[in-house]
Amino acid sequence: MIDSYNYAFLDEGSKREIRRSILKAVAIPGYQVPFGSRELPIGRGWGTGGIQLTLSLIGPGDTLKVIDQGSDDSVNAVNIKKFVKMCTDVPCTIHTKDATIIQTRHRIPEVPMTNEQILVLQVPIPEPLRIVEPQEEVTKKMHAEMDYAPIWLQLYESLIKYGKITIGSEYPCMVEDRYIMNPSPIPKFDNPKLHNSQCLYLFGAGREKKIYAIPPHTKVVSLAFDDIPFEREDFAGKRCRLCGSTDTYLDEIFDSNTGERYYQCSDTSYCKEVRSR
Amino acid sequence: MAYVAVSGGEEAIEASIRLLEYYRSGTDKDLDLEVIKEKMGLLVDRVMSEAGLYSKAYAALALKQCEGSSDEAVFLLRAYRSTLKRDYETLVADTEHMRIVRRISAAFKDIPGGQILGATYDYTHRLMNFALEKEDAQGLRDRMEQMIIEQTPVQPEPCTRVSEELKKEGLIDSYEENNGQPFDITQNLLEFPASRSARLQTLSRADTGFLSGLAYSVLRGFGQVHPTVGELRSGYVQLEVPYLEEEGESLWIGEIMLTEVEVFNEADDKEQLKLACGYGAVMGRNENKAIAMAVLDHELDTEGNYPAQNEEFVLLHGDSLEMNGFISHLKLPHYVTFQSKLDAVRKTRRKEHD
Amino acid sequence: MKLQEVPVLSVRGLTVRYGDGCPQCQDSLEKNRCPYCGTVWAANDISLDVYPGEVLGIVGESGSGKSTLMQSLYFDLEPTQGKAYLENYCGGKKNIWEASAAEKRHMKNTIMGMVYQNPIRGLRMDYSSASNIAEKIIAAGSRNAGQMTERAKELLEAVEILTSRMKEAPRNFSGGMQQRVQISKALANNPSLLLLDEVTTGLDLSVQARVLDLIRKIKAKYQISILLVSHDLAVVRMLADRTVVMLDGKIIESGLTDQILEDPQHAYTQKLVHSLL
Repeated sequence: MIDSYNYAFLDEGSKREIRRSILKAVAIPGYQVPFGSRELPIGRGWGTGGIQLTLSLIGPGDTLKVIDQGSDDSVNAVNIKKFVKMCTDVPCTIHTKDATIIQTRHRIPEVPMTNEQILVLQVPIPEPLRIVEPQEEVTKKMHAEMDYAPIWLQLYESLIKYGKITIGSEYPCMVEDRYIMNPSPIPKFDNPKLHNSQCLYLFGAGREKKIYAIPPHTKVVSLAFDDIPFEREDFAGKRCRLCGSTDTYLDEIFDSNTGERYYQCSDTSYCKEVRSR
Repeated sequence: MAYVAVSGGEEAIEASIRLLEYYRSGTDKDLDLEVIKEKMGLLVDRVMSEAGLYSKAYAALALKQCEGSSDEAVFLLRAYRSTLKRDYETLVADTEHMRIVRRISAAFKDIPGGQILGATYDYTHRLMNFALEKEDAQGLRDRMEQMIIEQTPVQPEPCTRVSEELKKEGLIDSYEENNGQPFDITQNLLEFPASRSARLQTLSRADTGFLSGLAYSVLRGFGQVHPTVGELRSGYVQLEVPYLEEEGESLWIGEIMLTEVEVFNEADDKEQLKLACGYGAVMGRNENKAIAMAVLDHELDTEGNYPAQNEEFVLLHGDSLEMNGFISHLKLPHYVTFQSKLDAVRKTRRKEHD
Repeated sequence: MKLQEVPVLSVRGLTVRYGDGCPQCQDSLEKNRCPYCGTVWAANDISLDVYPGEVLGIVGESGSGKSTLMQSLYFDLEPTQGKAYLENYCGGKKNIWEASAAEKRHMKNTIMGMVYQNPIRGLRMDYSSASNIAEKIIAAGSRNAGQMTERAKELLEAVEILTSRMKEAPRNFSGGMQQRVQISKALANNPSLLLLDEVTTGLDLSVQARVLDLIRKIKAKYQISILLVSHDLAVVRMLADRTVVMLDGKIIESGLTDQILEDPQHAYTQKLVHSLL
């Protein structure tokens, strides 16, 4: 820990301001709360929204886990951990169940989380309506009036054209029948974990200066037509070559020597735990 | 795949940082901060302006630290700024009393207060000066100091802006004076429609290249075309903060170099014409940026469908830190999202073959 | 025509004015502009009724105010004053121009259908034809994709477009086809009133004839009321049961179409009828 900077980098006033925005976000699930995003030593677009949430919440007694693509060792995760270690005295872990705060990019861990834990997600584009409307002034009105027809139309158009809904990650959800929300670029595989969960989910977008939240026991429904059920990524017939799991999100890997294609768990710490059982 | 998917991220990053040090070690000569500050003045000015932090010493340090990349230097300064408490806010700085080092008008030959050409590369021939390959720095410094000593100092006079005269004639539109608390873009999310103070702050901090390119598009026909530079002035303005012990008193805390520009455009006024004014003000001697800002300020007041007339387009895409952060994030692993995309692509193809 | 029926649409005193107006305005207008204050009276105290199952034609030159009337009815511009009632909105008891944004959207999606002269205004050129129709159905609240597709097929057939082309975007269609897609889109939610604004202007004569013939079939098939605006008396003569003649923002004459053709009262109407013969 370096003494020349404040605990958790940001000054106390900034941290308090961010915590107030978090409270508002928790009070209105799925609603994007604007906040005065601060610049960090880490690039905008590299998780600065999530980091600001983590920095404003973290304190002695916390244990932090950071993952990127499900992996604790990925460059970006390592980089963020290094930064938090530099400005706090908080220990880091790779074990999901030991962490009080988990910061993540693109995945929700496979181990279900408890009401003692907060999952902080990094968000590049918080606005779920951005794919149908570029102007912020317009999307704000659309949310206010629940004018969500354009995004449903987008889904319908992909059905007509390709016979399938073609959104991959960042699959939009309806929160408590009120706000359509971007769950961040997690795969559709992880969307159901948002519904009626035990833990608090916080979403931070640093560049776009928005915070939103899904508190425990919130109704979160992935958008789907009445006659066409929501479909997750399909790993039927595939299993992790390391731990043998068939119920996890898998990374597809090419062996450059043999040209062979195989699969392994994207959540690396879960994979290790299964193997050690 | 080796550098992330499984493990070893930490070692890879450390090695990468060592390699950066290696790149900075290309010669055994040190890059003296004073040299950057005093001899790379325009680069320092650009970095300070885009960072929104006026400190030549820190700007020089930042440039040294990142091999002279202007966007990395802006990044370092901005991040440092986040750790600083804001104790005071300065009083409104008065550019009429600017200690002017350069002032020109492309609209009138003679302006009250006079034109001062000052230092400009505009009228140099851009020929490589090979004499600088081996320059006598000490000799240059001595000659310049001698030249300054031989000049007789003149007391600077306050200088009203060229637009004041036109305002008196009623020819020019002006915004009403507004001394209310400005919107602070460093502490709030920009909202649309943006207030004028938010617009000007955003433009003033924006990336120089972005503003220049957009302003250029306006001049080339994707906009209101060819404005006239009513006035461009560079110089030092004095900064003061309220003195808390005594009501109405203030404390002088220093001076900063600014470049301020007004451009004039023709505009409709019912069945006659009037002039409309665009305003630009940036830290340091960033003349083209200040002019571009003034062009865009006016363009944003104009209705139309060109990119430079779209407030959200102009104000949301010009921040050096934001644009470079988001572009560089594309280098981060996207294995999970790409897997998901791949799954969607495969599913549609499977259907096709059925 | 039984005129004692309850009108589908009633307009009373619609006025759209650009400028503040002045005391001299009403007595001294030159065309529709006041020479003293420069105010333009684009629509000047217009009142009319449309009855169930009838086609009401509005004829007039450009600047007569007919498009201003249509745009006001479809909420594309806000009238300066006046009232309008739709039978299917609050039982015809509430002025539609005082409705909330959400109510107006509802009226545009379900009670009225609009076909613009320029198809770019009425269509999403890059979405499939099926999606163009589905957009309206989604906006009306349906979330059943299969039903949307069935309805899209049925409507495309009704406007004589092969259902095999429903995946294609209107951008690739001819002008006449684009107008037919617009008509099918306008009919998506079985509206009680169809607004047709110069729908055949700019089309080749043979294409024009086909679109007009189609409108006649649509009217017979769906028993829908139509408000038809055209600068061309020949178009109005072919379709309209009753006709209103507009000039300089005002209604100068109205009556059964045959009656107006046989015995025009106003000098302008006489000129119009004469030029037709």
